[in-house]
Amino acid sequence: MGRTLAEKVWDDHVVRRAEGEPDLLFIDLHLLHEVTSPQAFDGLRKAGRPVRRTDLTIATEDHNTPTLDIDKPIADPVSRTQLETLRKNCADFGVRLHSLGDVEQGVVHVVGPQLGLTQPGTTVVCGDSHTSTHGAFGALAFGIGTSQVEHVLATQTLPMARPKTMAITVEGELPAGVTAKDLILAIIAKIGTGGGQGYILEYRGSAIEKLSMEARMTICNMSIEAGARAGMIAPDETTFDYLKGRPHAPEGADWDAAVAYWKTLRTDDDAVFDAEVFIKAEELSPFVTWGTNPGQGAPLSASVPDPASYEDASERLAAEKALEYMGLEAGQPLRDIVVDTVFVGSCTNGRIEDLRAAADIVKGRKVADGVRMLIVPGSARVGLQAVSEGLDKVFTEAGAEWRHAGCSMCLGMNPDQLAPGERSASTSNRNFEGRQGKGGRTHLVSPQVAAATAVLGHLASPADLTEADDRTPAGV
Amino acid sequence: MEAFTKHTGRAVPLRRSNVDTDQIIPAHWLKKVTRDGFEDGLFEAWRKDPEFVLNKPERAGATVLVAGPDFGTGSSREHAVWALQNYGFKTVISSRFADIFRGNSLKNGLLTVVLDQKVVDGLWELVESDPQAEITVDLEAREVRAEGVTAPFELDENSRWRLLNGLDDISITLRDEEDIASYEAGRPAFKPRTVQV
Repeated sequence: MGRTLAEKVWDDHVVRRAEGEPDLLFIDLHLLHEVTSPQAFDGLRKAGRPVRRTDLTIATEDHNTPTLDIDKPIADPVSRTQLETLRKNCADFGVRLHSLGDVEQGVVHVVGPQLGLTQPGTTVVCGDSHTSTHGAFGALAFGIGTSQVEHVLATQTLPMARPKTMAITVEGELPAGVTAKDLILAIIAKIGTGGGQGYILEYRGSAIEKLSMEARMTICNMSIEAGARAGMIAPDETTFDYLKGRPHAPEGADWDAAVAYWKTLRTDDDAVFDAEVFIKAEELSPFVTWGTNPGQGAPLSASVPDPASYEDASERLAAEKALEYMGLEAGQPLRDIVVDTVFVGSCTNGRIEDLRAAADIVKGRKVADGVRMLIVPGSARVGLQAVSEGLDKVFTEAGAEWRHAGCSMCLGMNPDQLAPGERSASTSNRNFEGRQGKGGRTHLVSPQVAAATAVLGHLASPADLTEADDRTPAGV
Repeated sequence: MEAFTKHTGRAVPLRRSNVDTDQIIPAHWLKKVTRDGFEDGLFEAWRKDPEFVLNKPERAGATVLVAGPDFGTGSSREHAVWALQNYGFKTVISSRFADIFRGNSLKNGLLTVVLDQKVVDGLWELVESDPQAEITVDLEAREVRAEGVTAPFELDENSRWRLLNGLDDISITLRDEEDIASYEAGRPAFKPRTVQV
């Protein structure tokens, strides 16, 4: 019987297999950041163990890093200690590190792909649940806890029970104005936050094949919000074109050998998935969340649902609690929701295409009164690229704040946070209670919806903007 | 890792679904570089409400958390497991756990037990009507017992063996060092490297 993409990559990494035991998998790439690694390095020290493969390990600073005044000492002493701990650990154990101020610094899941380290058919792990992002390249990539970080540092392997596989097939053409973010939010709303638990997802079908690498990363990134540790997309010419010439992409004969292998990484026609979901691209529209988990979302044209409409008791209770926390009423049109903050950034939507999309919409327009819009590039390089295209000017002229790279307001470990009661339209991945700051309320949106929302001051899509009303004519 | 064989204790009923790891331990606690001292951060936002179940005097000293479905979703932070353990919990019961949280819990000796939601409902009713009621989680017998409840649970034999013996994963893996070295020797040259060594 044929094998799925996930099964092929899995099988190629089995170091040891024994009846009644999890497979021991080899890890090709281990990404580290400051938050989930200190206790792992501590464990190595206590046991007197080295890092087995420093040549397959790379670290960056992202979660705690400020996005303003990055040349000054970090104000929060606890954040500073955590960054200094990472620097010491990397120096002691010989791990390559890109620190704040370095041109390769940035959100770990933006840095790996842009360096060309994330490649098809590799296994990628990181102490961060959004490691699923790298699956966009046909890599088997998943988030791990700190004990597993220590395990990979010491052995370059992980004992793992093989998950089941689920196909999510999206056929057709996405309507104009509908993005990868809308698609993944709709998928999560359909299968639920637990729908992918125990599975590796494979996104496939004609609508997926047409997506850019950046859009594919947005989709795979949020696999974990559907409960799946990993989501994958089969590599194709789009993938190879993206990788070619990147600093760590193979060259010469190695490139040819790599591409020959990468081309085998497709689910066989006779392979069988353990579960299948079908979605028609034509039926999608801009999608936003109204609740406090990423599955609580609806089309922007819809209204806040009535908790009483849920048959399942725990879902009904969850919806009631969500509306209470979010300060929303059942039946309220989603477009009427007024925000005071717009965040464009994160490992979900902090890449150059995302910034271009948002800039295209705010260009010549103004951010609405009373709204603060933060633009945080996913990496220092993305920031430089945006500056070279003049996007920073577009944003600042519209009244948005242009910041340095990092995780920033996605989770508010640095000073970029919502105040209690503040409400954001955010291109990030989680709308959990307090995620962006204690008492803060988050609506997950695409960069396009974020930009239109910033201009109008309420949840909106670019289609809600009109040239005449909102955009300053060219040359004025 | 501390071994887990059998535990009996009073319980906290947490009637919420989708309790994500941001609720279990908010991000600002993640700046610590140790594995201890997270107990005050456990459910920090909810604990500001005096009515929150953890704040009830009759729940003091409880060691079994009986939670709603999809417990531990979201971030991979192992700090969520440490926070539960630092607070004093030995085991968590739910009808469904997020994968990463479950993996993290079993690596730290916090036994996560999956039971049918009907059984969870029964445990909630029991411990809500009698806060002194005790729940026993018996890993040797793979069974949860409480007044009027006897429920078997599943756990793969390998995880169970490691928990019963409190075994350290890394030393188990390093027994197969030869297998790792031989796999490494066969890796293709085109595979990426972060540095030249």
